[in-house]
Amino acid sequence: MNVLIISPVIIPFTTAIILLLLFKLKSVQRYISLIGSLVSLGISISLLVHTIDSGILSVQIGNWPAPYGITIVSDLFSAIMVVMTALMSLTVNIYSMIDIDTKRIQYGYFPLINILLMGVNGAFLTGDIFNLYVWFEVMLMSSFVLMVLGGERKQMEGAVKYVTLNLISSALFLAGLGILYGEIGTLNMADIAYTLRATADATVTGSTAMLFFIAFGIKAAIFPLFFWLPASYHTPPASVSALFAGLLTKVGVYSLIRSFTLFFVQDATFFHEFMIIIAGFTMLTGVLGAASQFEFRRVLSFHIISQIGYMIMGLGIFTPLAIAGSIFFLIHNMITKTNLFFISGVVYRLKGSYELKKLGGLYASHPWLSIFLVISAFSLAGLPPLSGFWAKFALIKAGLQSQDYPIVFIALFVSMLTLFSMVKIWAEAFWKKQPSQKNDFKSKLSARDYIVMIIPIGMLALLAVAIGIGFEPLMNICMKAASQLLNPELYIQSILGGYPK
Amino acid sequence: MEIIIVILSSFVIAFISPLIYRIFKHLTGWVLSLVPLALFIYFATYLPQICAEECRTFAFVYHWVPSFGIDLSFYLDGIALIFSLIITLIGAFVVLYGGEYLRNHQHINRFFMYIFLFMGSMIGVVLSSNLITIFIFWELTSFSSYLLIGFNNERAESRYAALQALLITGIGGLALLAGFILLGQMGGSYEITELLTRGHLIRAHSFYLPALILILIGAFTKSAQVPFHFWLPSAMEAPTPVSTYLHSATMVKAGVYLLARLNPMLGDTQAWHDIITIAGTLTMLVGALIAVSQTDLKKILAYTTISALGMLMLLVGVGTVLAIKAAMVFLLVHSLYKGGLFMVAGAIDHSAGTRDITRLSGLWRMMPLVTIAAALAAFSMSGFPPLLGFVGKELIYSAKLQAPNASVILLISGIIANAVNVAAAMMTGIRPFWGKTHHAKCKHIHKVHTALWLGPMLMALLGLIFGLIPNLISMPLISPAVSSITGSQVVFNLQTWHGINLVFLFSIITFILGLMFFFSRNRWRKISTYLMFLKPLYPSQIYEKGLHGLLSLAKWQTKVLQNGYQRFYLITIVCFIVLMGGIQLVRLGGLPDSISFAGVKSFEIGLVLLMALAALAAILSKKRIAAVVSLGVLGYGVALIFVLFGAPDLAMTQILIETLTVIIFVLVIYHLPSFKNFSHRGVRIRDAIISVLAGIMMTFFVLLSINLQLAPTISAYYDENSVILAHGRNIVNVILVDFRGLDTMGEITVLAVAAIGVFALLKLKSKDH
Repeated sequence: MNVLIISPVIIPFTTAIILLLLFKLKSVQRYISLIGSLVSLGISISLLVHTIDSGILSVQIGNWPAPYGITIVSDLFSAIMVVMTALMSLTVNIYSMIDIDTKRIQYGYFPLINILLMGVNGAFLTGDIFNLYVWFEVMLMSSFVLMVLGGERKQMEGAVKYVTLNLISSALFLAGLGILYGEIGTLNMADIAYTLRATADATVTGSTAMLFFIAFGIKAAIFPLFFWLPASYHTPPASVSALFAGLLTKVGVYSLIRSFTLFFVQDATFFHEFMIIIAGFTMLTGVLGAASQFEFRRVLSFHIISQIGYMIMGLGIFTPLAIAGSIFFLIHNMITKTNLFFISGVVYRLKGSYELKKLGGLYASHPWLSIFLVISAFSLAGLPPLSGFWAKFALIKAGLQSQDYPIVFIALFVSMLTLFSMVKIWAEAFWKKQPSQKNDFKSKLSARDYIVMIIPIGMLALLAVAIGIGFEPLMNICMKAASQLLNPELYIQSILGGYPK
Repeated sequence: MEIIIVILSSFVIAFISPLIYRIFKHLTGWVLSLVPLALFIYFATYLPQICAEECRTFAFVYHWVPSFGIDLSFYLDGIALIFSLIITLIGAFVVLYGGEYLRNHQHINRFFMYIFLFMGSMIGVVLSSNLITIFIFWELTSFSSYLLIGFNNERAESRYAALQALLITGIGGLALLAGFILLGQMGGSYEITELLTRGHLIRAHSFYLPALILILIGAFTKSAQVPFHFWLPSAMEAPTPVSTYLHSATMVKAGVYLLARLNPMLGDTQAWHDIITIAGTLTMLVGALIAVSQTDLKKILAYTTISALGMLMLLVGVGTVLAIKAAMVFLLVHSLYKGGLFMVAGAIDHSAGTRDITRLSGLWRMMPLVTIAAALAAFSMSGFPPLLGFVGKELIYSAKLQAPNASVILLISGIIANAVNVAAAMMTGIRPFWGKTHHAKCKHIHKVHTALWLGPMLMALLGLIFGLIPNLISMPLISPAVSSITGSQVVFNLQTWHGINLVFLFSIITFILGLMFFFSRNRWRKISTYLMFLKPLYPSQIYEKGLHGLLSLAKWQTKVLQNGYQRFYLITIVCFIVLMGGIQLVRLGGLPDSISFAGVKSFEIGLVLLMALAALAAILSKKRIAAVVSLGVLGYGVALIFVLFGAPDLAMTQILIETLTVIIFVLVIYHLPSFKNFSHRGVRIRDAIISVLAGIMMTFFVLLSINLQLAPTISAYYDENSVILAHGRNIVNVILVDFRGLDTMGEITVLAVAAIGVFALLKLKSKDH
């Protein structure tokens, strides 16, 4: 059992080590990484099943008792995120088989994505706030290298902005950590939660919480801290964008949800209102950004921001339904957003451009790609009964129940604009006739390669349909996860064995 | 269980229709039309059952999302039945017609797919008894409508119209969703059967008005009520079979359906009557008045459809039994004649190559059967006895006469709208066929295929038969529908001929007025050009300006926010940190009361001053090397602080790092040109202020952390157990490699990744470098 909990970190790590040992064998790297991702998926699902069956699981690294050592915890929220990560990893690995050129493989593409996955899983599973910082560093460094890998000029430009702004986040996180440790003298999340609950004048930590909020907020790309995302996500190969879109900002959101449900609950009223305001601005500025773009991946990038707003909205409303809605939104968004980036990459392979003005004619020439795009794009826009509808439904319902009317109005308005820019992609790249003069590109994508690339796209599209139709069981898990988050005594007890009176 | 098969069958057919097309090719229309026909017959077998006693039958529940109270629950009652019959009957004709009409279209297989997707969704809307399920099907009809309006996808106009319809009905859909959720909160359920019993609670609830308005927005956008009507004429970009089916006979009536369905729950309040009646009346008039000035067959039909939808809406708004009765008859009448006339328009377009009424005449020689069908439909539309249209119109007039409020206004506007209907019927159903044939004006006239005239002919004949023997529909079809809308048992018979009375007098006035409209149609067209100065006020213009304005706003805000300047990003983020951190410190009393320097030793002050000076020097120096060296001094200062506070290993690390950094920097800077551009004074002052503020804020945070000791630190444990349990005397080392070994593993990984990164950056260079 103990090994199982830490396995989602160990498996990508081991895979990365094997890949590094076989650094020169470019051709086998793809398959080793693919096998690694399959194993990860199996292990993650089994972890989720165990977590559903037996409640919160935890393990003390090196057997040092909490709060002195590092705790790895799997509650439902963590386990769900780990499964989603494994799913993203599997699809990205399949997609990368074609998308990534041998040059990039030669310089460590596959070890890097495995280390990134290790970092992501570490962040989802850790029960120690400093350890979280370490996983953030692992993610930051590996994502930065993945972003520059290939050395194209625009990659460099994007990556510099990416890394600089994210370093601000790291610095702020570290500063917040130091200050928090100075205040309460512990790093274990359960212990932080315990101590802050047991202390009478803990409200003042609300100021430290703001440092964490901003540090995680930069990672999550909320307003007004999101600049790094639209500046960089459209620069690397599609596989990398897709992986980032599925995972990176979501770790930020995860950390926000985790910290503001588990321990930063002393100044709750203020923070919840603040989050709702931030959520509204994030949704609006993101979606307006998308509406003004005509580059496939830039449209998608701005939409990531906009949808982070919805997840923050759920956290701000802070009812069980709202938190469950945020978690479901995370799941849905990982699936559809990654898929849309995949599709953008295939379109690029077929047409040689990401510019919507230069694209067209795919509706007639590529029916399957068209269907998958329609599913993903309309799911993102919230068309029932696809996954996005339920994500929106849960949050709107939660908002109406708690009478947060302005944010509900904004959420509905933004979903309209989301529909607008998704339809823009569809109408421009698929429905429109191929503008003849603007594009004399000859696609080198062979039929076989096209099929390989479309497999993960089809998988994710089917999943968007499946979790739309089979919404109930998944929502049940999300509701349970939310109830664990909103009753942190379970978490604290399972790690420390006690709870403050 | 049957009901699931009924609904699923359309969806299944939708997905396999491309395969079916592969087998049957040009006969696909004939083959596939058997599906809706079978469904029609199936529904028709319920006619005898859905009578007075058994109001709801055919019920089915599957608990789909029980945690939200969302069930796939369906039942068949009077109103669901009349809609289902219309959907399946016209569906059969449209599939047949479309197969021929689009015979040579490259995506005809996708046409079948979308049409069946729509059919399944539309049946779902009218059979569902759960608000959220209704909503899901409702949105699917909008979605399939989008795909069908844009069916000629390479035309920019089609794509534009499709987007417009999607956005307008989409806005309505979102309002509807919010309204439904509120309704569910008021009534404690999404099940209509349960909500119907709680109508009085809902109407008295404080959410009633907001929920009603939201639901009305949904219904009005879907049913093209003023001011949302403009998407419907634009939607005429769709191929004619689509216009026939979605945009006149079925989908646009979903709004009317919804309000009729919710009538027993939400209806009979002042707001309900007023809003719906006013919107309906306005729509009826606006649609009618624009219709006369049009020359495109389909546009005329579209605007009269808007007018008819307004008529239906206002009857629902009036809400008396008589009005509902009139509405149900008119619903049937309109679907039959308007469906027929649309198909006729398509047949004309198909064989004459134009839909411009000023160029069409004398077509009866070429298409005698179409002429008969068109004439019958036109007479029904005009309300000529003995067609069903006559029955409908007489009922509407008597409903308006007996309306509790504003009956005079309703009557007068009704007479005007009906008179326009007479004129429009002549323009679309009669004028193109009589007179001489202008071969020069419309080329390549060819014969009309059976599939193109069969549907209109049958529908026209139905209009005639029902008109002659209205009791065929009154007892089995209309009465149950009226019963389920009004929520009480109503049994009645319809009559074609009521004798010469006031209502008949209105009919005669209507005909005379209608003929006047028809013969002065050219003048109307001119008058409408005089009204062009009002154009900026047209809702379509407002939509366009609004969309345009929104996009300009989007462009502007994105340029301002995502402007590409890294320094702007940094400034924004730092300012946000200072602002929010500052607010929190002040709000929560985190600022220290006083700062005491007691216990600070003089050499400590000296060291800090030195570091501050180094920092200043780094900022002020105009050479890179000097700046780097100053930073090095600052770093060594930090190392000294570590030494002072008893952390020699940290100090050693710090010194190593600082030394390396300075050396590497110097090596790199050596190759760089010297600074040329310096910031302006103003910019530097601004940056200085921001930096100082950030520094002050962090200082206060640190002071707070020092002053606040909420709990004992865990470090004592390491002190005690480092030797005993971990067998190491250097506690820092033990923490790094044992107590918190996982952190170290992570950090080592970071270094390894950095190494890969450096290697790749140096070796792997892209062509564009």
